[in-house]
Order: sequence, then C-alpha cells, then structure tokens
Amino acid sequence: MAIQPPETRIWWNEPVARGELVWIVIAFLWGVIMFFMMIWWHLEGRQNLSTEVYRIAPDVFVSRTEAFTETYQVGEEGESGVPLVRPPPGSDVYLLGRLWEWWPVLELERGQTYRLHLSSADWQHGLSLQPVNINVQVHPGIEHVLTITPTTSGVFGIVCNEFCGAGHHQMTGRIRVVDAAAGG
Amino acid sequence: MATSAAQAGMIGALAARFRSCPVTGLQIDLAAERLIKANAIAAVVFLAIGGVFGLLVALTRWPAVHLLSSDMFYLVLTAHGLDVLLLWIIFFEIAVLYFASAILLNSRLAAPRLGWVAFALMLIGGLLTNVAVLQGDSSVMFTSYVPMQASPNFYLGLILFAVGALIGCCIFLGTLVIAKDEQTYEGSIPLVTFGALTACIIAFFTLASGAVILIPTWLWSLGYISHIDTVMYKLVWWGMGHSSQQINVSAHVAIWYLIAAVTVGAKPLSEKVSRGAFLMYILFLQLASAHHMLVEPGLSSEWKVFNTSYAMYLAVLGSMIHGMTVPGAIEAAQRKNGYVNGAFEWLRKAPWNNPAFAGMFLSLVLFGFLGGISGVVLGTEQINIMMHNTLYVPGHFHATVVTGTTLAFMAVTYLVLPLIFQREVAFPKLARIQPYLFAIGAGGISLFMMGAGTLGVSRRHWDITFSDATLAFDYPAAAFLMLGLNGLFAILATVGGALYVIIAVWTILFGRRVTAENALAALGPMPPRLQVHTAVAEYGSAGTWHLPGTYILISVFFVSFVLYYFVNWKYLSELWPMG
Repeated sequence: MAIQPPETRIWWNEPVARGELVWIVIAFLWGVIMFFMMIWWHLEGRQNLSTEVYRIAPDVFVSRTEAFTETYQVGEEGESGVPLVRPPPGSDVYLLGRLWEWWPVLELERGQTYRLHLSSADWQHGLSLQPVNINVQVHPGIEHVLTITPTTSGVFGIVCNEFCGAGHHQMTGRIRVVDAAAGG
Repeated sequence: MATSAAQAGMIGALAARFRSCPVTGLQIDLAAERLIKANAIAAVVFLAIGGVFGLLVALTRWPAVHLLSSDMFYLVLTAHGLDVLLLWIIFFEIAVLYFASAILLNSRLAAPRLGWVAFALMLIGGLLTNVAVLQGDSSVMFTSYVPMQASPNFYLGLILFAVGALIGCCIFLGTLVIAKDEQTYEGSIPLVTFGALTACIIAFFTLASGAVILIPTWLWSLGYISHIDTVMYKLVWWGMGHSSQQINVSAHVAIWYLIAAVTVGAKPLSEKVSRGAFLMYILFLQLASAHHMLVEPGLSSEWKVFNTSYAMYLAVLGSMIHGMTVPGAIEAAQRKNGYVNGAFEWLRKAPWNNPAFAGMFLSLVLFGFLGGISGVVLGTEQINIMMHNTLYVPGHFHATVVTGTTLAFMAVTYLVLPLIFQREVAFPKLARIQPYLFAIGAGGISLFMMGAGTLGVSRRHWDITFSDATLAFDYPAAAFLMLGLNGLFAILATVGGALYVIIAVWTILFGRRVTAENALAALGPMPPRLQVHTAVAEYGSAGTWHLPGTYILISVFFVSFVLYYFVNWKYLSELWPMG
C-alpha cells in the first residue's frame, strides 16, 4: 500500500502495465504539442505580446505623454475633462497609467497599426482593454511598446486590473476606434 | 564517533515515548503526535478566520449585496489570501510532513523541541502579519507588489513564518535520516512519504525564494534599501508564491494516495510510475513563476515559453500520470474487493458515505477538470493575454487550492481525528455531507469566477459598476450574474467549511475516545472484507487486471482538455492583432 514501503525491494525494476504506458506516452505527446503550439503561434499567429521594452524614468514618460497629448489633442472626452487625442494613423501613441486614471483618451483608426507606448507614473497597473479582453501588466520605470492593430470600431473601456491602492476601482480610461471615413 | 552517534540515537530513542496504533500496529511517537495536533489545530483556526474573510470578499463582489466599504474590502482580501493560502495550508502541511515521516515510518520524530520552536515562529509570524493587515496600513494584497509598501511587520511576520516552516522541513528530513538509521522500516520509504518528501524539497526552494525577496523588501520598508526592482520582485516573489502551490499539489496528491490506501486498500499501480511522476514535480514545477509574468514587459518570449510550460509540460505530465494512477489504483483495489461488474461498479460501490473517501475523490476530479485544465490554458503564453489579472485567475486557483488541496486536507482530517487525536468523528451524518457541500460550493465559485474572468471582469476590484470613475464603463450583464452566482456558491462553501471546522473542533474537545475495539469503525464506512493492515499483498500492476472505468474517465478528461485548449486558441485568434 501507499502508506507502507514498496513490497518489492527492487521496485524500480517492476514492469509497467501497458495501459499506464500508453497514457504516459499520450500525455507526453500532448505536452509536446502544447509546447510547440506556443512557438508556432509566434511564427504564424497574430496575437503575440511585443518584447520591445526600454528603461525610462517615470517623469520622462509622463512628459513625453504630455507632449504627445498636446500635439494631437482634438478636444475633451465628453464632460470628463480628459483630453481626447487623435494621433495620425500608424504613428507612435502614448498611454500613461497613474493613480488613478489611464491618460489620455485615444482615438485610433480601425485597421491601422499603432506603436502603443505604455508605462506607469507610480505603481504597477494592469491595462485591461474591454470588451476585447486584452490584458497587459504595466510597470513604473519600464516603457513597453506594443504594436497593435484595432480591428473593430467602437468605444472601448480600459480598466485597471492590478490592485493599486484605495482608488484602484476608479481607475478607468478609454480608447475610441473609428472607421477611416469618419476619422477623417 | 560512530559509537557516540549510535548512543545518542539510542538515548533519543529511549527518550521518545510511544503508543501502539490499534488500526495499523504502528508505533506512534507521542511527541510527534502532539506536534501534529498543534499544527493541525492552528491550521483549522486560520482556515476558519480566512474562510470568513473569503465570504466577506464574495459578498462584496456580489454587486447586489456589495457588503464592505472599499477600504475594508481591500483589507479583508489581503487577510483572506494570507490566512488561507499561506497559514491554513502550510500549518497543515507541516502536520502532514510529521505524519508522513514519524508516523508512517514507525519512527521517533527528530528534535521535537525544535518542532515547538518552529511552531512558535510560524504562529508569531502569522499573527504579526495578520495584525499588520488588520491595522489597516498593509492592504497590499497577498502579493504585495512593490513599489506599493506595507508596514515592516507585514514582511517580518512572513519571514518569521517562513523560517519556522523551514525548520519544520528540516525536522522532516532529520526524521527520515533517523528512521533509516534506526531501521524502523524495510526497503524504501512508502509512496506517501515520498510524496511528502517531494513537497518538502519544493518547500525548500519556495521558502528560500521567499527569504531572498522578502528580507530586502522588509529592509526597504524600514528605509535601509532605497529601491526594489518591480520585475525582479515579481520574478522572485512568485518563486515562492507559485511554487508554494506546488507544495500543495505534492502534498495533496500524497494524501490522495494515503486516503485511497486506507479507505479501499488501494496500492500504487506501479511504484516506479507514481514515484517518477513525483520526481517530475521536483525537477520542473518550480519554473511556474513564469505563469504570473506572461504579459509582463522585460522578459523574453523564449524564457516565458520554456518556463510557463515547465520545460515542455513535464510537470503537467506528472499530474496527468497521478490523474490516472490514483483512480486506477482505486479501481484495481475495488475490483479485488469484489466489485468486478461493468466498467463502474467499483466506483458506484465505493464508500461514498465515508467523508474521507468522498472528499478525496471529489478533490481528485475537481482538481483535474477545473484546476488542471484551466491552469494549463491560463499558463499558455499567448492565451494569458485574455486572462491575466481577470477573475479567471482566482477562479483557476480556487479550483486548485480550494477544491484540490483544501478539500483533500479536509478529507484526510476524517482519518487524522480517529488515528492521531484518537477521537470518533462527531456528528457523523453531518460529516458525511460536508465534503459534498464544500465541493459544490467551492467548485461553483471557481467556475463562476472563471466565467466572469472570461467576460473580462478584473480580479481584486471593489466596484465593477465604476460608479465613482471619471470615465464610465460597463461590463456585460452576464458578468453581474456570474458574480451573483459566485456569491451564492460562496455561501454554500462557507456552510461546508463551517461544518468542517465545527466537526473537527467538537471532535477534538468532546469526541468519544477511540479504543482498540472501535478503532477500525472510527475510520468510517469502508468496503467489506477489507482490513487495513492486511490489504492485498501482491503488486498492483501485475498486468492481470483491466481498468476500463479508469480508461473511460481519463478519456473524458483528455477530450475535455484538448477541446477547451483549442477553443481558447480560437478566441485568441479573434483578438486585435498584436506583435
């Protein structure tokens, strides 16, 4: 029994029944398939997280995001007072996470590929773009450049899904994706 | 030297006092027994406290109830993680280690006084961290990601606790040495002890990782260190945080084998295969730190792919092997007990009214189907983008740690009470339904949290209506339904958990004493003709048996696994392209 020493002293030479062997082989092969699935997706799949990353002082990132916002601001998002920014299609865009907002609101064009620069001014935050459900961790001091192509138009919410203190649940943001004609 | 060592051993052996177990005939070291009791009781107390916190969390996340204020919610959530994930489980595991060494090996426990030092350190550490959290200035979540800072005592308590647990692990290893030296058993250690050894080895890695990161973080909180790198913190912290869950897996798999052995007389189909599967855990499980860093900046894809897959899923292979050999061993034993009809008579006529067996089998099934499959999918590098930090994550780990580990620990308690505490389990009718209540409740919360996570709902979030946010956002209505159901099933799980605590405490305080006459009966209903100490003699895997039931079960498991895995790849392919 499992609570007693093995009955045969040389237990490592006992034969293994066929059923067990077959299952081990199946389980092993399944592991190999799952392993190569991830590698294959890097080669053929279109959803892979960028590994383009830079060290950056948080205040430098904040000032870059502010400069970016100033350049391309087209108005304010509703009554919120948050700047609405419409960068040129296919350009570099900045999104800052800080206590407790995602700033600014971006207006992107559907089908265009953007380089999204992402970082935090203070603590760790979690970028959670909904309802597409894309979730990326955001660190202070690290600039993460995602190459991203919005393929659906509409208004998308950004939630913070990394706990960041008392106002964590108020930390939201927004990305608007417009069709080329409307975006003009 | 040799003589004096032998003499010291002799003196130690004489100093130990034993009683004889009426069921197994094993010599039970009373010092070990006392330590097992103390650690098990501490575990149950922290389960009770942490369980109440868990209910409060679930009731707050239920939008229609929304019980606590936001500050209290984050405080209680921090305490919940701490008390159940760390204190309940590790205290119980230390008890398991002492049991699997001193008791199963028929030996005295190494350095029992040191065992009390370990216990005191763990208790003081646990209380210190709890007090720090309850004072309200350490609501940093169980993970305490820098640069968010808790009060110094939060970290200090964790460090003391870890040191205590490390001493416990050393005592376990010392006991193995003593037992071998004093020849208290023949041949190799039993499989259950081997599983406990696996847990112990992983615990060393885990606790060392914890020390490596928590000591500098503690010094940082005191102002002696100016900066802790956020990515490095996470990488090393999860060397503790995730690997400690692998201690749980090893421990509860060992307990599955233990309960199967005691209740139906199951023996490993093949010692070699089952031990090999544990060896896979030792070699590869620690890589899982990566599971929490798949959408993190600053780590290469190569590193992520290799680590998240435990080097080509070799640790998953270990679990899939146990997933076959545990039910296989039960089927083989039950067929020897005379249940040979059809594919499933062995399972139908298993002792379902024995809470130890019922809890064990439910733990096995729920851990495999809910926890195992979701864990592999969640831990797939690219798929993680759709799930990271959503409620899918707690959904997954409630399936592993609650329906898997906690339920297995509850189940084995129904054997520990008569064998170690020498008390008959009180309220046997309630005990009979307890594992089912808890399994349905905990299975429900796992499932509905995963459902909410699939809909994008964030974990660790007080208000999914975003009523105070500048930019409003609405989750789909179905997410609210999921969280409501989560709350309902949390209540059910709490009832099951409370029953467990009440039964255990009542049994210890007022239970009828177990004597030689009623010792076997006190272990609960078992298949007829079976006696624990004279169970089937020859090897399980002699090749003479067939296990059709087990093959059907694992086929169902495998098909579910493959389908769910590829369905998630399909969802991923519909996401906005990224690169």
